[in-house]
Amino acid sequence: MNIEQMISQKVKDVPPSGIRKFFDIVNEMGDAISLGVGEPDFDTPWHIREEGIYSLEKGKTVYTANAGLLELRKEICNYMKRRFNLDYSPTKQTLVTVGGSEGIDIALRTLIEPGDEVLIPEPCFVSYKPCTIFAGGTPVVIPTKEENNFKLMPEELERYITPKTKILILPYPNNPTGAIMDREDLEKIADVLRNKDIIVISDEIYAELTYGKEHVSIANIEGMYERTIVLSGFSKAYAMTGWRLGYALGPTPVIETMTKMHQFAIMCAPTTSQYAGIEAVKNGDEDVIMMRSAYDKRRRLMVDRFRAMGLSCFEPEGAFYVFPSIRKTGLSSEAFCEALLKDQKVAVVPGTAFGDYGEGFIRCSYAYSVDQLKEALSRIEKFISKIL
Amino acid sequence: MKNEILELLQENSKYTASDIATMLGMEIETVKNNIEEMEKAQVICGYSALINWDKTDKKDIVTALIEVKVTPQRGEGFDKVAERIYKFNEVKALYLMSGGFDFTVIIEGKTMKEVALFVGQKLAPLEAVISTATHFVLKKYKDYGVIFEESKKDERMIISP
Repeated sequence: MNIEQMISQKVKDVPPSGIRKFFDIVNEMGDAISLGVGEPDFDTPWHIREEGIYSLEKGKTVYTANAGLLELRKEICNYMKRRFNLDYSPTKQTLVTVGGSEGIDIALRTLIEPGDEVLIPEPCFVSYKPCTIFAGGTPVVIPTKEENNFKLMPEELERYITPKTKILILPYPNNPTGAIMDREDLEKIADVLRNKDIIVISDEIYAELTYGKEHVSIANIEGMYERTIVLSGFSKAYAMTGWRLGYALGPTPVIETMTKMHQFAIMCAPTTSQYAGIEAVKNGDEDVIMMRSAYDKRRRLMVDRFRAMGLSCFEPEGAFYVFPSIRKTGLSSEAFCEALLKDQKVAVVPGTAFGDYGEGFIRCSYAYSVDQLKEALSRIEKFISKIL
Repeated sequence: MKNEILELLQENSKYTASDIATMLGMEIETVKNNIEEMEKAQVICGYSALINWDKTDKKDIVTALIEVKVTPQRGEGFDKVAERIYKFNEVKALYLMSGGFDFTVIIEGKTMKEVALFVGQKLAPLEAVISTATHFVLKKYKDYGVIFEESKKDERMIISP
């Protein structure tokens, strides 16, 4: 038997993550300093960790309900009401997932029939396209541009809609660009979608990390609630990446079907994480405020320094990344990142890891201490002044 | 705005006015003026490094916490008594407390004997002092919000989506 031939061609054909490729290059370097991570530098706040530990001490080590602990679902719904003025039923419209990532996967698999088209604004998080293909759908990329502040423009959206379009993925606040969609921007998107049979998968994992403006969910725009699945989670807001805990909220039939899928694939999200999650949504607001304020200061530092280097740097209003343009250097994103790594031992991620439209940009995370950021920025500055 | 400057300085007093201006989105001159103003007004009372002496060759420095009961002075309350105590160089900190005693005095000395001598010869004999109870610090785990022993390693993958 040729084991290679036994592997699904569809899965084989999906290229490996560009992140992975660059990860291997950086790993070989050994002692590089990195601005490459996509997770907070904070530890999970102690009171949240402590609830997880307590649940273990009490022997809470069994499965929970498939959709997640009811108490957690209730608290998630309270939180969504309190923070974003969205009403969801904890029993019918809420599913606790294994991180936001599982939400993306099962939302797509729940909706997609072969040949359905899924609109994906790029640059974006790495898994929308592969998950669409795994689910049998056809990804259709919509470019977002620096001159539009990397927002999804309604006229662009319109241009890419066909009779086969079933889903729009709306990934804002955006990784890697840091772009957000204001209420007015969302109104215009809603105007395009309102009378069409298109479902929005709104990935709002960075909803708590916006600077100067409050996040608005598209589910909050008139006529959109009934056609939107909101995906979010605990990873970015409460620095809980390793706990693998997220949630999906949306129309009852969709969430019920997603729950079925989740039930057979996963059973339930990790129980310890769910108990910690209750504490996070109930009593974590202060932690979020503290972390957001720290990110905000670093964000200003990053933008300021990149602009001082003579690079065009869009001012991000969300997430914890800056996405400066390196076109001026004449190098491709990958060539730039490799040269920077070799010359100054600083790792940043080429924009192309987030889709072809990331060409000409690099993603720099500011989930690091100010001292680390300053050191990395000084090295990047040295490199830039050499090649410009 | 001033509070934001103070919070940053408390986090790291080595931040320059330029760092602070960038991080808070302010003009560098504004930050400089504000800091100067707050230094003059004794809002900022000084800048100092947080040192774990246990890791130096001066590690046998002794810290003691002394509970002191005193008689408040007529017309002056506790403040005059406090002044007489905090003027000693050995006194690193002095707090007026609610509860079972009046002052917490933090003393640093080279040896336990030195601290004991200070209490016996300087502090206890003060007219207003009724009683003292001396507690020696055996180990400092955390001070001013900083954990001493923990050396934190970044365990995140060097690149992640």
